[in-house]
Amino acid sequence: MQGTSVFAWMAWTWPTAAFFAFIVLCLVGMTVWEFRSPGGAPRHGILGLDTTRGDRLFISLLGSAFIFLAWLGLVGTPLWAPLVIAVLYAGAVFRWV
Amino acid sequence: MNKTVNQRAWWFVLPVVLLVAFNAVIPLMTVVNYSVQESFGSNMFFWSGVRWFEEVLRSERFHASLLRQLAFTAAILAIEVPLGLAIALAMPRRGPWVSVCLVLMALPLLIPWNVVGAMWNIMALPTIGLLSETLHALGFDYNYTREPGAAWFTVILMDVWHWTSLVVLLCYAGLVSIPDAYYQAAKIDGARPWAVFRYIQLPKLRYVLTIAILLRFMDSFMIYTEVVVLTGGGPGTATTFLSIDLVKTALGQFDLGPAAAMSLVYFLIILLMSWLFYTLMMRNQSR
Repeated sequence: MQGTSVFAWMAWTWPTAAFFAFIVLCLVGMTVWEFRSPGGAPRHGILGLDTTRGDRLFISLLGSAFIFLAWLGLVGTPLWAPLVIAVLYAGAVFRWV
Repeated sequence: MNKTVNQRAWWFVLPVVLLVAFNAVIPLMTVVNYSVQESFGSNMFFWSGVRWFEEVLRSERFHASLLRQLAFTAAILAIEVPLGLAIALAMPRRGPWVSVCLVLMALPLLIPWNVVGAMWNIMALPTIGLLSETLHALGFDYNYTREPGAAWFTVILMDVWHWTSLVVLLCYAGLVSIPDAYYQAAKIDGARPWAVFRYIQLPKLRYVLTIAILLRFMDSFMIYTEVVVLTGGGPGTATTFLSIDLVKTALGQFDLGPAAAMSLVYFLIILLMSWLFYTLMMRNQSR
């Protein structure tokens, strides 16, 4: 994706583009979900916090980032195991937090 | 009656969205891109995967900078928050001295950061500085260019001088907003000053104190200019905090990949701490 385009300085790669596309898709998905099945009112979860769906997405993404960093710092590559942990963690956050 | 839905107001949000995009989102995307590549001049990049993250997360230099940063933040929060609260409690609530106190408190906040560093550099100079002369006269062997302890003392003192005022002004605003009825009720009940503080002032200040801690945490975690001007991160690496280490890596060594990975880790730590403080603040507010 590099070259002489005006965006060359941003040094885009397919994996990073896919990462940001995933984030955008998450946001679009959340919007569609909210339109089709409104439920955005805060809910009191097991952490004692009142969270909306958007809050739970944020907690999932932030927590997942730390799961990946911890794995990289303590274990290293490959990253399939932290990916599974992050998906399970996100599921748990959306279910119980 | 059907309510008219007018979504045109969203157009007013567009300038802010564009501003945030150019100011924050695009640079952040670029940093993410840099963090997974080896960078050379002339826009030449080579894929390196998560190597820089592994390197940074296992680097003793990064651990040491992070530890120094956490120690510095903990030290200034432990000093500035109680001190700011104490000064705010001691300030007059009525009369001509209110304006004088407020202006005096606001003064350090108006001084540019590099000037603060230069001022304290001159104050602490081993040969001619007022601070060093005073400490020498008191019998201390003070030389912040040589002794790590002295450098830390000077950096913390400078930050306390510069930023305690912010805590004072926030606490003072919180204190003057407490209705007189609370104090009158406490007086009728014969409450002592400590009881007034513990059961009226402190609970009412919880919200502003959380804001003060959040602001001071974020600012202190990003401190750069004052320390660079005062100590340059030294002696050795004694006062090399995360931001200084980051700039040294990115601009001094031109290691853009490791610097990008480091700045993302740094960003995630600040994001986590800010979210924690914000969540606590909102919980306190809803109680």
